[in-house]
Amino acid sequence: MKFADEFRDADLARALGARIAAEAGDKHWKIMEVCGGHTHTIFKYGIEDLLPSNVELVHGPGCPVCVIPMGRLDDGIAVAHEPGVIFTCFGDLMRVPGSDGSLLDAKAAGADVRMVYSPLDALKIAQQNPDRKVVFYAIGFETTAPSTALTLMRAKAEGIRNLFVFCNHVTIIPPMKAILDSPDLQLDGFLGPGHVSTVVGIRPFEFVTNTYHKPVVVVGFEPLDILQGVHMIIQQIHEGRCEVENQYKRVVHDDGNPKALEVLARVFKLRSHFEWRGLGFISQSALELQDEFADYDAEKVFSVPGVRVADPKACQCGEVLKGVLKPWECKVFGTACTPETPIGTCMVSSEGACAAYYNFGRYSRARERERVLASGDRPDANGNGNGHANGAVAEHELRAIPVQAR
Amino acid sequence: MTDTVVQPGSGAAIKAASARIADPEQRVLERIAEIRKRKPSLREDAITMSHGAGGKASHTLVTALFGDILSNPVLDQLGDQAVLAVPGVDNVGIAMTTDSFVVSPLFFPGGDIGELAVNGTINDLAVGGATPLGISAAFILEEGLDVATLRRVVESMRRAADRAGVNVVTGDTKVVPRGKADQLFITTTGVGIVALPQRVAISRIVPGDMVILSGAMGDHGSTVMLARGDVDLEADLLRSDTMALHGLTAALLDDGIDVHFMRDATRGGVATVLNEIAQSAGVAVAIDEASLPVHDEVRGVAEILGIDPLYIANEGKLVAIVAKEHAPRALELMRSRPEGTEAAVIGEVMGEPEGMVFIHTGFGGTRVVDMLIGDPLPRIC
Repeated sequence: MKFADEFRDADLARALGARIAAEAGDKHWKIMEVCGGHTHTIFKYGIEDLLPSNVELVHGPGCPVCVIPMGRLDDGIAVAHEPGVIFTCFGDLMRVPGSDGSLLDAKAAGADVRMVYSPLDALKIAQQNPDRKVVFYAIGFETTAPSTALTLMRAKAEGIRNLFVFCNHVTIIPPMKAILDSPDLQLDGFLGPGHVSTVVGIRPFEFVTNTYHKPVVVVGFEPLDILQGVHMIIQQIHEGRCEVENQYKRVVHDDGNPKALEVLARVFKLRSHFEWRGLGFISQSALELQDEFADYDAEKVFSVPGVRVADPKACQCGEVLKGVLKPWECKVFGTACTPETPIGTCMVSSEGACAAYYNFGRYSRARERERVLASGDRPDANGNGNGHANGAVAEHELRAIPVQAR
Repeated sequence: MTDTVVQPGSGAAIKAASARIADPEQRVLERIAEIRKRKPSLREDAITMSHGAGGKASHTLVTALFGDILSNPVLDQLGDQAVLAVPGVDNVGIAMTTDSFVVSPLFFPGGDIGELAVNGTINDLAVGGATPLGISAAFILEEGLDVATLRRVVESMRRAADRAGVNVVTGDTKVVPRGKADQLFITTTGVGIVALPQRVAISRIVPGDMVILSGAMGDHGSTVMLARGDVDLEADLLRSDTMALHGLTAALLDDGIDVHFMRDATRGGVATVLNEIAQSAGVAVAIDEASLPVHDEVRGVAEILGIDPLYIANEGKLVAIVAKEHAPRALELMRSRPEGTEAAVIGEVMGEPEGMVFIHTGFGGTRVVDMLIGDPLPRIC
């Protein structure tokens, strides 16, 4: 598959892993990937197997489903049960447990809950069902907010009055700041969120380098992107630099997408405060609809319970989201809390650290490493070695990595 | 590269890794492994769509409710087909299977509900090493259904049955009021004969066996997903792979190949079949991502929707577990037939970790491949 396979090359990965191992030295490195998409890639491709054990990836708060507090979900479920409502949302959200069941359970109990791939699908449903109230439960960071904004602008322009948005859009900077202010965690640098940066650009992350003196590298979502990002952070520190670098130049413009930012400003304003799962209330960390769009605001049009629900006591999603706990260190990980019967949000979304670890990472890395070492190399399907000695990749091949660092 | 490079996976690295993670993490993982071996219990109060997706929830429903209440020695095998003994006959048994078809839309590129019903029923018999003898078909029709639509479906069944050389020998029809069904549903039963003792049985799987997939994965599921029109994607070359596989299975067995087990990879995909194998046979399955056959169209659709082709449904592919020394011949034979031109050895059976499937990624890492959980939902950003 063109434009994807080039960024998944095993030989380049091995070479880059070896180079990282050489440059990392004896120091223990802790690098946080902010975005849940990165977490997913890391586990899906087994990237940690290619890193030396002293380079640790810490999974951050950027998973849109994971940060939704239980009370907000209960509000959504209450709206879904209102007569005449068609409730639409992204698929990941449907299995998230509220205090009394999930949206999937609400659907089984008779609520009209439909999975959509885009807010524009919700608009289409509204057009096709003029006698119904269609609610779109919007979640996500700056990545998905512009599509919600455009949908609302189109609904307004076309005079569609039966579409409502329950807005849970959040912004990435405040939780990063909360993590940096937290004394629990000592990080060496950040892998910045690639898709958020396509919208906001790389400059909003300068506070991390200026105030907190930690390097940031905005990276893409293919496995080589992430390995290269790790390498760039280590290089920055070795060279005494502390900058926001853009590894994902093939997609991210340093200034972001001005059109998308314009649309965001037209439709949304900052909320005074918003509750984040596990992180608590963070001021100015989320978006709500501008007054101009009040008629489309589900929170204003429907009466919602609006009750703040404490997370289940056993659930340690907050600590996992902040990177303080590894998924397996949570008391209920894999025992009471599994992807099929999740307690916390981190176990639901494929971008949640717990789900990623449970689904992809749940095997003994140590044993696997011993096996690889014992066999010298991984056998192919016919029992033969695959012909690549570990790490033996020429310098010119490394240079051929198809991503432009700077 | 210089001599001083510390290789990831070197002795020093393993030592460090063991010291850092082995103890507490390993303890957690072992506790989870123990929990996963317990018999699942059905916790939900109502049936959700997950119970029909063919993954973990379906598995729980079948074992914890149906298997529990209806338990008997034949059902307890939980095979694709039941094998019934004929009194007074030692060397031949009757194989029986049943299946329902509720696909939407009824017609899609490469097939339709009628063809699926015939091929799917034959395949459930064939993978047990049985020779299909006849099929029954029961129709639930929604009031208002076009007769032309019904005729088109039944004619397609006729063609599929003729192609396979297996007749639809009995049937039933019910009509329900408008809105109580979606156009038409079909339930089939297939009956066949199988030589005893059965050559193909999950208990025959042993470490060292090779895992062969009869062709590219995910064609059917992705075709239906696009045909439904929920996602604005088009892939002109994408076709359902619906196909009867009894010719292929018979060819393997007639050739004397030591096939230990076969299962067709329908709902839940290849990943779910491999997990069923690992759990039922008490073995591990290791697969190699680079060897997995997948058409480019399916890879593209899966990539865009954030779905793994390993979990996408097939309707004309089987997973065969074959004795290692017979694997090359089995592969050659499969590839020589139209049903298996793209067959590939995709992995091997190992002794441990028991009950687990893992994949060596093309990128050079290793990860777990679990059963399908929920429906294959796309990631949102």
